[in-house]
Amino acid sequence: MSQTYTKKSSISKLNSKAGISSLLIFVILLLAWIAGFSSRLFAVIRFESIIHEFDPWFNYRATAYMVKHGFYNFLNWFDERAWYPLGRIVGGTVYPGLMITSGSIHYLLHLLHINVHIRDICVFLAPVFSGLTSISTYYLTKELWSKGAGLFAACFIAIVPGYISRSVAGSYDNEGIAIFALQFTYFLWIKSVKTGSVFWAVASALSYFYMVSAWGGYVFIINLIPLHVFVLLLMGRFSNRLFTSYTTFYILGLIMSMQIPFVGFQPIRTSEHMAASGVFALMFAVATLKYLQSMMSKSEFKSLVIYGGLIAAGIVFGTVVLLTYAGFIAPWSGRFYSLWDTGYAKIHIPIIASVSEHQPTTWFAFFFDLHVLVATFPAGLWYCIKNINDERVFVVLYALSAVYFAGVMVRLMLTLTPVVCILSGIAFSGLLELFLRDDEIAKPEESGDEEHTTPKNRKYDKVGRVPKMKHELNKEPDGIGPNIRTIISVVILLLLMLFAVHCTWVTSNAYSSPSIVLASYSGDGTRQILDDFREAYFWLSQNTADEARVMSWWDYGYQIAGMANRTTLVDNNTWNNSHIALVGKAMSSNESAAYTIMTALDVDYVLVIFGGVIGYSGDDINKFLWMVRIAEGEHPKDIKESNYFTEQGEFRIDGEGSPTLLNCLMYKLSYYRFGELKLDYRTPAGYDRTRNAVIGNKDFQLTYLEEAYTTEHWLVRIYRVKKPDEFNRPRIPVANRLVKSPNFVSKKSTKRKRGTLKNKPVIVKGKRLSSKQS
Amino acid sequence: MANIGSVVSKFYSEYSIKTPKKMKIIDAYLLYILLTGIVQFVYCLLVGTFPFNSFLSGFISTVGSFVLAVCLRLQVNPENKNQFQDISPERGYADFIFAHVVLHLVVMNFIG
Repeated sequence: MSQTYTKKSSISKLNSKAGISSLLIFVILLLAWIAGFSSRLFAVIRFESIIHEFDPWFNYRATAYMVKHGFYNFLNWFDERAWYPLGRIVGGTVYPGLMITSGSIHYLLHLLHINVHIRDICVFLAPVFSGLTSISTYYLTKELWSKGAGLFAACFIAIVPGYISRSVAGSYDNEGIAIFALQFTYFLWIKSVKTGSVFWAVASALSYFYMVSAWGGYVFIINLIPLHVFVLLLMGRFSNRLFTSYTTFYILGLIMSMQIPFVGFQPIRTSEHMAASGVFALMFAVATLKYLQSMMSKSEFKSLVIYGGLIAAGIVFGTVVLLTYAGFIAPWSGRFYSLWDTGYAKIHIPIIASVSEHQPTTWFAFFFDLHVLVATFPAGLWYCIKNINDERVFVVLYALSAVYFAGVMVRLMLTLTPVVCILSGIAFSGLLELFLRDDEIAKPEESGDEEHTTPKNRKYDKVGRVPKMKHELNKEPDGIGPNIRTIISVVILLLLMLFAVHCTWVTSNAYSSPSIVLASYSGDGTRQILDDFREAYFWLSQNTADEARVMSWWDYGYQIAGMANRTTLVDNNTWNNSHIALVGKAMSSNESAAYTIMTALDVDYVLVIFGGVIGYSGDDINKFLWMVRIAEGEHPKDIKESNYFTEQGEFRIDGEGSPTLLNCLMYKLSYYRFGELKLDYRTPAGYDRTRNAVIGNKDFQLTYLEEAYTTEHWLVRIYRVKKPDEFNRPRIPVANRLVKSPNFVSKKSTKRKRGTLKNKPVIVKGKRLSSKQS
Repeated sequence: MANIGSVVSKFYSEYSIKTPKKMKIIDAYLLYILLTGIVQFVYCLLVGTFPFNSFLSGFISTVGSFVLAVCLRLQVNPENKNQFQDISPERGYADFIFAHVVLHLVVMNFIG
């Protein structure tokens, strides 16, 4: 609010138009930053400053390691606490951009003697970067269309749920900084295409380098930019500017991307990157031909030129195919195949399909994440196609490819969101430009809007002000009556208000849960915090040996490593499918078969997540079919998915469930002693609230494991694997024994009721009784 | 084939008349880099690419220098004045040096 005030007072002082508009832009971007930052803080306010979910825990652990041990030790870090007994070379298998970013912020702050804990930096990194994202979106849209559209786009991306979903405070993941890098790279690229300057191309290559270091999604850039260049070539829009910017960008980007250890030689070895080098060669061919053409303008060279071009293209294509077959260039990886053929992952790689964010997007999700923007962005696209030029070709391609990818995978909604914001910004600015041209009509709404400037609707009083710069242009009116103008501008403002309300609602309800700490609301509206996860991890860290190995499903690997600091077998970095399948096999076989696997893997503790008491749906029983599928993929002889269904093909945990399911390890560990538990008076004992059924296998004992700890709401259950000498072994007949004990015949008989003592100490007078009897 | 021979000779004579001296210097530099690149490539074919990063950084350094020199030539060329309106030859040269600094810092890091 104070900023609005200072803005008003300073407007009266400043009279030059340029000064006002730049001040306005500065203030709006600042407000967008603040609004974006504060709407991402729901989780911190409701819970606490904590790292969320799964992957962020690894990123946090790696960052903490880097801050403690230094950058070079981090690059050489071999983590023996993950993937037991294999271990993981962390330095060579992460995108280090995130850790380096927060590590350098930490270093800078400590240099200034501001002693912030590294956890707080990690928690607040994504919200801070969202502000940078909105600024770079502003610049990108400004290059593409106009300043007004840029401000719209910046405000949209500050609060749009599709981006907030990955950048709330505490969600310390690669995407948080990568979207900024993506937008910034695109901005610099557009800038360099426009000017043809080597400087901007180098800057865009540097920004691309940052993107490569931050996120695997850099492949999107290195395919989209060549596509842009290629389409421009096809449209006959080749220019020397395009040549300088693309060739410089490509060659610098190529060598820089190979500096990241995880990327390595991939940019020259895999098919995903080949399009870029093909276009690079093509640019050279075209430039040479153009040069020759300019030197000698004769018709006979046209044929020479065409033949030369064809031969060159054929040679390039042929070498790529040949190298692919010879094995120098790796064919596309599975994740990329699943982008083209949506059914591919389901058939071939269950582990990719098992992740919920790799599922195809539903129509509902588009509206949920983008709200009104999903309806307006085709309008912006239409504006761009109608007034096409070099850089708008880019945004059109960006939009089309991103829409396709977002439809394939929920997760890639993230790449769609920025372009939707840009195009919607263009659409809204085009609309308002048309309808708010007259000052007299525009003003009352704005002042009315300003009076109720709460933090929630602060954004559209900004967007309402955008047209001010536009109607300074004073174009002539084109026959739209004042009533229509008023109605339409009111409708637009209402739409924007609804958008802001929707964004806030979605953010607070859907995307602000840390998923480490759960909250439940009781009937009278009071909130109850379920802190079972941290309870269990804290128990692990305090009560188990330092080198204890904990087996759990891979979802919880990072959390166990991060919070309990114990060795895990598998974790969320799903690089070794067969190891995961082995754990899945242990979980889905019966107790004795599982025990063999667990002893082979040196498992000390088993951790399962069980939501039946509180009705938590993301527990291990609900994920169980994926464990079975993944195990079946590697061990088709031992595990068959059909065995876990009833004859009707249902997955049931009650009395009618299949006996294989009722006796597998996961079932037993989840429901051990659950049959005795009566949750309330209406339901029978052993009633599972998540699946709304009474469990089928109630009274059983565990032979090979024992319950070590169960949290307050039974959400996490930890079992200790018994050592071979601890559980009841079957009696071996005396004849078969290797170590034979002396024959002992009991003297007890029906007649002599008095017992006898075996090895009864013999007391000799004057001698001390030896305590040990041999 | 005679046709092509005559074309080449005509091209050469036109080139030596039309092209300014500055361009010729850059062209000589380009030819030198091209030859270096060819030598590197032949060497790797004969001897092998064993320290692959060293070979790559050397080769990409050559290609990069070539690319940057071509860009410089395009920007400095008075015929392209209308395409690069706000880039003076001096600015182009400064950009060229800046890009070279970046390129060779990375190359030195990569050569191992």
